[in-house]
Amino acid sequence: MKRVYPDKEYCIGCHLCEVACITAHSKSKDAIIAFREEQGKDGLTACKKVFEKGDICVAISCRHCDEPSCVAACISGGLHKDPETGRTVYDREKCVGCWSCLMACPYGAIKRHPTENKIVKCDLCEGREGGPACVAACPNQALKYEER
Amino acid sequence: MKYVIIGNGIASIGAIEGIRKVDTKNEILVIGAEDAPAYGRPLISYLLAGKIGPDRLALRPQEFYDRSNVSLMLGTKVTSIDAQARTVATDKGETVTYENLLIATGGIPFTPPIPGSDGSDVYNFTNLAHAHTLISKAKEIKRAVVIGGGLIGLKAGESLFDRGVDVTILELSPRILSLAFDENAAALAGSRLAEVGLNVRCGVSAKEIQRDHDGNLKGVHLTDGDFLQCDVVVIAIGVVPNYDLAQEAGIAVDRGIKVDDHMRTSAAGVFAAGDVAQAKDLLFGDDRVIPIWTNAYNQGFCAGKNMTGADVPFTGSLAMNSISFYGLPTISVGTVNPPEGDETYDTAVSLDEKKKSYRKLVFHNDRLVGYVLVGDIDMAGMYTAFVKFQLAVPEDAKKQILAGAPDVLMWPDEFFKETWNPGVVEPD
Ligand SMILES: Cc1cc2nc3c(=O)[nH]c(=O)nc-3n(C[C@H](O)[C@H](O)[C@H](O)COP(=O)(O)OP(=O)(O)OC[C@H]3O[C@@H](n4cnc5c(N)ncnc54)[C@H](O)[C@@H]3O)c2cc1C
Ligand code: SF4
Ligand code: SF4
Repeated sequence: MKRVYPDKEYCIGCHLCEVACITAHSKSKDAIIAFREEQGKDGLTACKKVFEKGDICVAISCRHCDEPSCVAACISGGLHKDPETGRTVYDREKCVGCWSCLMACPYGAIKRHPTENKIVKCDLCEGREGGPACVAACPNQALKYEER
Repeated sequence: MKYVIIGNGIASIGAIEGIRKVDTKNEILVIGAEDAPAYGRPLISYLLAGKIGPDRLALRPQEFYDRSNVSLMLGTKVTSIDAQARTVATDKGETVTYENLLIATGGIPFTPPIPGSDGSDVYNFTNLAHAHTLISKAKEIKRAVVIGGGLIGLKAGESLFDRGVDVTILELSPRILSLAFDENAAALAGSRLAEVGLNVRCGVSAKEIQRDHDGNLKGVHLTDGDFLQCDVVVIAIGVVPNYDLAQEAGIAVDRGIKVDDHMRTSAAGVFAAGDVAQAKDLLFGDDRVIPIWTNAYNQGFCAGKNMTGADVPFTGSLAMNSISFYGLPTISVGTVNPPEGDETYDTAVSLDEKKKSYRKLVFHNDRLVGYVLVGDIDMAGMYTAFVKFQLAVPEDAKKQILAGAPDVLMWPDEFFKETWNPGVVEPD
């Protein structure tokens, strides 16, 4: 399956992927409104996180693992592996906010929703034409969406 | 039948998914005693609390079973296994032949001998039927005593309290969740429960359950001499492996069903997984029963793959717990209470009682082997990585972890590349 691969050799730590992620998952689909308003009010959160250490940085999100620890940990059936697409899929209706997945994912790819008792996780911008918004937004092609 | 699974819990689901990773064709038969679709067992506390409806209990949709070519024989109990003839017998009088069998029968509630416990209004809280009974009871009762301050006891207590019942939880050891927590974590969680109005009494247990002449429940006499009036008692000390079937079939058991590093039992073609199994522990290397969700799934998954003939060693169980106390989240993974006086262990703690925030990290020979977080749990998975992958922690990295900021850039370069960005040639 196609995944997003982050390359720390190219990442310049601009955080544009986070902005793109928030925008893609916002109601307004407008970066400014999403960032300024929906982020606070609706608890809109990026599924990406940029890590920085000196001049080295990298943007990570869910790896959609072949054998995901988050799915093994989920007590509600809210996380599962889609057999067709290979994606690790999240059903927010089923989630009970137990944070078992957050504890189990060793890649730190799961966040708590700031206002609801639910998680936030990368969905590879399901349904978005052109694939994941973070990849499209990266000015230095540090994120690649490809089959490897 | 190529694959037969006894039990319809999460280990069973893990096994189905494991088998299907390798073998997409041969039919799988699941025999389960409970007459319900496989449900999230921990969800029974959410159900009892009224936080979710019965419609949200099922772990996988029916479509999953159809697609995976799984037939379900529910409401059916396996009564014996014949490991020589490779058959199992059910209480419906059927005999099923297997090529590969998985015993995933889980645990059964452990009930200590407390005088007076035989009789009405004494319950366990480990399955859906128990939850339904307590839901109907909760309407008419005022007071409940829960015996046991472990995971199940706390969840039972909390959900009864949410139904408007006055609850007292009794815990014999000096703190709640004694295995997963240390004093600080237990004190923070305990004070959160006290704030809400839930009574927790540690260092004390039930001596006798008091009944009147007609056998009706009156209350509980405690080991410290106190008496607590109540309408129901919930005994939630824990679960013990449900291994009788295996033992009677001559399959080797110790504390649980013994399995090797491929989840195979002592009988040919028979595997075991979940709360019933005694399997390798990731940190200690010895075999233990660690009755938690993730282990049950992972063991089932590994057993499933090996049932197809694949050769997949089990990497080992890792103790982990995530439990929230009225909005106060806690997570504990691996070794939390290292042996006292053992200088090969190093612990670092940071406690902010005002903010209700606590972090304890346990190092062993410069590897992180366990941690507890209370309050701020957001980085939990990143700590788990260090424990799970047993990554070396150099001094500078240690400082950063101690400061509460673990991250992926602290991983060894090779490991980072393999994990995050495989198959790429670095520019010179
Ligand atoms: C209230 C509660 C809350 C919990 N919360 C958590 C939590 O937050 N996190 C966590 O990690 N763990 C939690 N646990 C523990 C967790 O639920 C178990 O570790 C897990 O369910 C074990 O899965 P299993 O598949 O091994 O066994 P089970 O889920 O117990 O399934 C075994 C199945 O086998 C069936 N069976 C038994 N004997 C036979 C037979 N002879 N024939 C046919 N079928 C049979 C049983 O009916 C049962 O359906 C909780 C448990 C309880 C009770
Ligand atoms: S959330 Fe974590 S464990 Fe789950 S698929 Fe993504 S990276 Fe893997
Ligand atoms: S927080 Fe939600 S998605 Fe994560 S394990 Fe719990 S129920 Fe599943």
